[in-house]
Amino acid sequence: MPRGTVVDMIEVKEVTKRYGATTAVDRLTFTVRPGRVTGFLGPNGSGKSTTLRMVLGLHTPTAGSVTVDGRPFTDRPRGLRHVGALLDAGDVHGGRTARAHLAVLARSNRIPLARVDEVLEEVGLAGAARRRVGGYSLGMRQRLGIAGALLGDPPVLLFDEPLNGLDPEGVKWVRGLFRRLAEEGRTVFVSSHLMSEMEHTADDLVVIGRGTLVAAESLAEFAARGGRTSVTVGAPDASALTPLLLSAGAEVTSEPGGRLTVTGLPAGRIGEIALAHGLPLDQLTTRTASLEEAFMELTADRVDYPAGAVR
Amino acid sequence: MTSLPLSPAPSAPSASSASASVVEPPARFRDLVASEWLRLRSLRSTGWALLLSTLFVVAFNVGTAWDHYRYWDQYGAEGQADFLESAMGLSDAFTANASMVLVLCAGAMGAMAVVGDHAGGPARTVFAAVPARSSLMAAKVLVVATVQTAFGAVAAGTSFWLTQAVLAERGAGLSLSHPGALRIVLASALLAPVCALTGMALGALLRRAATSVLGCVAVLLVLPMMLGERRHLTAVLAHGTPVHAWRRLAWQGPFEPPFPWTPGGAWTVYALWAVGAAVVTVAAVRRRDQ
Repeated sequence: MPRGTVVDMIEVKEVTKRYGATTAVDRLTFTVRPGRVTGFLGPNGSGKSTTLRMVLGLHTPTAGSVTVDGRPFTDRPRGLRHVGALLDAGDVHGGRTARAHLAVLARSNRIPLARVDEVLEEVGLAGAARRRVGGYSLGMRQRLGIAGALLGDPPVLLFDEPLNGLDPEGVKWVRGLFRRLAEEGRTVFVSSHLMSEMEHTADDLVVIGRGTLVAAESLAEFAARGGRTSVTVGAPDASALTPLLLSAGAEVTSEPGGRLTVTGLPAGRIGEIALAHGLPLDQLTTRTASLEEAFMELTADRVDYPAGAVR
Repeated sequence: MTSLPLSPAPSAPSASSASASVVEPPARFRDLVASEWLRLRSLRSTGWALLLSTLFVVAFNVGTAWDHYRYWDQYGAEGQADFLESAMGLSDAFTANASMVLVLCAGAMGAMAVVGDHAGGPARTVFAAVPARSSLMAAKVLVVATVQTAFGAVAAGTSFWLTQAVLAERGAGLSLSHPGALRIVLASALLAPVCALTGMALGALLRRAATSVLGCVAVLLVLPMMLGERRHLTAVLAHGTPVHAWRRLAWQGPFEPPFPWTPGGAWTVYALWAVGAAVVTVAAVRRRDQ
């Protein structure tokens, strides 16, 4: 292992992946550290799955390098003890039972069969272990995929959209599991296209859009970026209030329904101005931009498939 | 972070990996073979496909023998004498029709063994667990070839035993020690792994169930049919196919084709197809994005 490498870190360096004329990932660089849950965010088609596949050596980068624990994953003859991954819940043969599916994986990596029952118990599939996977719901398949990822007790875990199809109880359980895995010192890398999923799960974020890096920082730092506060003001005489606010240094946007969105002035100051000029207000609400908005704002110009776009 | 709470404590004294954080037993090829055997066995369809294929093949052969038994009296004395003299019972032991059925079944089973688990989504799960793709596919080739050899042996052996038992009722049954009998049984039994490996190679290249099975039909059945024996070039090409090799090995009559060839040549064709298909199967997945 090269010196200076943090153990179990995922390192993506200057990675580019092209499929013909399409560039899925463009000079992407980031690291994922152990002991934390790192969210991997980006709109649909932004290159998240491609990146995860390159981490697992399933796809070969056109340029750049991807290493786990200082080595390309393909250097390892057996993978389950190094990296556990759930890429897609559908990536299983429907003709096998859950237990047989895991037993095949375990056998190839010389993992004791007892471990199969252990992980099935852990993900809550012990009761359905002898049923064929073809009859499973999406949520059950997600659980099976998570069981497969845990099988080798690996220090690095990758999950691609693991919350899809899970019921609220399942979502809560998965969040608790990620937290626990991170607290055990593991590297946990979880992709999602929804910020709201990550808000309560991740410590760090890697955000990409159209295959390029948008942000790689802690959740708190990311929240601070888009954290512009605005005040929604409802005034019957908005046309009289607007110039007063502008002269006080605010930025004012008129919203439909006579509302004003004011930035650059706190709510209290706006109230004082209105009172001083005898203008009645029927609403004065402070709004802090959510993480979701920060995410949308940052990736707005990098969405491949915006809804309602003229084609 | 060496001991993790989830750990089942792998019982290996030495770690093969250079990784600081993972204790791992050395990677062994036989684990992959055991895993591939489990993979094949754990599908209900495997058992059914083998059983039905065996029944089909045996039924085609026994049906022909039964026909000879049923209409024995209509051949007349001369025809019966001819049947016995030229040991025509051997051609009932494994008929050309049964060989076609065997080729198709074995080819399809080989293709499905690859397509089912090593194409599309499931392949990602498999190759993420075993990044040593070539070793994994080699293990699969070994397991499928072994299973298909057993299938071929059972189908050919049962066919021989049943057809000769039926013909024995007319005094026309032959034993395995009759000249050429063992060669028919061996050639028919080994046709199964040769075609299954070809199916695997096509499955690894085409990666779609329907396309791969169609590919098997085209390469293993249609192509040999289009290659005739009457021109030198097509005869040489025809002799390079497993179906013609089987015909050469099963062929009993005194009739000489325009361009004769030896049984040794036919066995070589079997061997070359098997090895070639195994190499393609292993090589096809090596560098490809999954």
